Amino acid sequence: MVPEPEFQSYYGRQIIKTPTWKTPDVPLYLFLGGLSGGSAVLAEGAALTGNRRLEHLMRGVAAGGAGVGTVFLIHDLGRPERFLNMLRVFKVTSPLSVGTYILAPFASLASAAFASQLTGRLPLLGRLAGVGAAALGPPLAGYTAALFANTSVPIWHEGHRELPFVFVGSGSAAAGGLAMVLTSVQDSAPGFRLAVAGASLELTAMGVMERRLGMLAEPYHLGKSGRLMKAARALTATGLGVSVLGRRSRLLRALAGVSYLAGSALTRFGVFEAGLASARDPKYIVVPQRARMAARQADANAGGVAGQGALAGGAGEAADHASHEQQVPSPAATR
Amino acid sequence: MTNSLYGRLDDVQADAGHDPSHPPRKGFFTDTSVCIGCKACEVACKTWNRLPEDGISLSGMSYDNTRALSAETWRHVAFIEKPVHPTTTDLGLPGMGPPGFEAYESGVATAPAAEDQGALSGDGSIRWLMSSDVCKHCTHAGCLDVCPTGALFRSEFGTVVVQQDICNGCGYCVTGCPYGVIGLDENDGKAHKCTLCYDRLKDDQTPACAQACPTQSIQYGDVDELRERADARLAELHAKGVDVARLYGRDPEDGVGGNGAFFLLLDEPEVYGLPPDPVVTTRDVVDIWKHVGAAAATMLALGVASFLGRRQS
Repeated sequence: MVPEPEFQSYYGRQIIKTPTWKTPDVPLYLFLGGLSGGSAVLAEGAALTGNRRLEHLMRGVAAGGAGVGTVFLIHDLGRPERFLNMLRVFKVTSPLSVGTYILAPFASLASAAFASQLTGRLPLLGRLAGVGAAALGPPLAGYTAALFANTSVPIWHEGHRELPFVFVGSGSAAAGGLAMVLTSVQDSAPGFRLAVAGASLELTAMGVMERRLGMLAEPYHLGKSGRLMKAARALTATGLGVSVLGRRSRLLRALAGVSYLAGSALTRFGVFEAGLASARDPKYIVVPQRARMAARQADANAGGVAGQGALAGGAGEAADHASHEQQVPSPAATR
Repeated sequence: MTNSLYGRLDDVQADAGHDPSHPPRKGFFTDTSVCIGCKACEVACKTWNRLPEDGISLSGMSYDNTRALSAETWRHVAFIEKPVHPTTTDLGLPGMGPPGFEAYESGVATAPAAEDQGALSGDGSIRWLMSSDVCKHCTHAGCLDVCPTGALFRSEFGTVVVQQDICNGCGYCVTGCPYGVIGLDENDGKAHKCTLCYDRLKDDQTPACAQACPTQSIQYGDVDELRERADARLAELHAKGVDVARLYGRDPEDGVGGNGAFFLLLDEPEVYGLPPDPVVTTRDVVDIWKHVGAAAATMLALGVASFLGRRQS
């Protein structure tokens, strides 16, 4: 057990605000985004390989998931009737803005492809729409990681290199898992492979992220978020185990698929709750920022010219910040 | 381009697309060494901006029953009571607490002008610090960067303001702020924060809090001039031996490119509930998108690969 780090705070109060996003709206939106994004990819692959049954079902899941997800996203707003205000600007600094321009065309294209397939009308346009949805599916599954990472919440922000891989892995596992539940052993073969690869990617990326986060990763192991993440890991691993061992059994495949789906959903709930816990404790703000300042101070003391070479990386902030309380000798000289 | 996201930026208004003839950047310098904790700023702010009251309850945190900045509270006076143990002889032993603290702690007798180091209570056993916190109007404002509707914008005065008729209450700004300033109002579902009295500025008036402050702890003016004033005040305090004094948010090279509203503090920032080394989240936005792109490409590749090989697995 690592001893609790010592730090000062204002009556133990949190420094940043707790995210105001609602649960289950936002975690479910994230889950459905991953599921429908992966399903759009499976649908198009199925269409190309003549797997009609898989194509049919996955088109429906892609369209339905995006539709329901959009409802959750709008419901989460403080002023839902102003949802369209998201479309009055486009800002790359706002993943929510970028995401709107991924979700809106994805939902339209996936719905068009599904409608064309149901009615048999405009088959060529329907296929083109399906290709478009398949191209937008992975960005839809991945951008939600940017949504969380581009915040001041330490556990989300500092995990920004791995979180996109966790989310696309989780989305792939969910889509593949659903294919395993809904279609025969033969038809669900691509879904099976996607689920195994996705679940492995998710578990690996999660492990790498936790190691790199160090003390900041605590909410992934403690409290409510810790329990959710533990359950998510167990379910995803169970899905992997059951699908590999029982690959020829329709029933076991379906069971593994359910496990993947549940694991994927719980991953989003766990990551969401971990962010809330990370925001509520001033420790996760003060301790890393103090360490950063100390490192910078040490750099400045050691070289005096530190930071001249590498201004891009983390250590690059070094001599930049000649903070006034520290009285670095002649701060202007380092610039 | 890089400057728009991170680092020093000398003309925030021009960077945001304002005409070169824009007025100078306006801001606050809050000198907490002369704050008396009267909360006139809180009252003036609530009155002028017609903000709802936050309920009457006791927090147990000294005289601070306001607790924090929020959608309904745009000035917040923090009260810190720190026990001071006056020693008759200084043995030169290292003390507890932040750098500079031990000198102060052990040297109550040598600390000059007690009013300059925060008020000491009658028996000298408590050091009492007060500070009026406010939106920092960052050079690189996380709230503004992540706002998906454009409701948050950079005014011609270099301040950061929410357009209430645009905000759809998505709450992204709330998580974008590294200081925990902006909040969502449960009643109207929209984001609110200090506007630096945008309406008063347009009429060449001083913001309500600065106007009401009886000790000029809250000083309003051009940011360039306020920075000079802050440097002079810091030098004056250091000359008097108040070595715990430091500026917070004044440095245009810091993680948010400096604050439009900055402070002179008498203790570490976190003691006042401020992050010691805030960095705007969008400094890393390019890196974030690169990783999302790589992850999405990986997912597409996995999707393609799942259709290779035999039909039955």
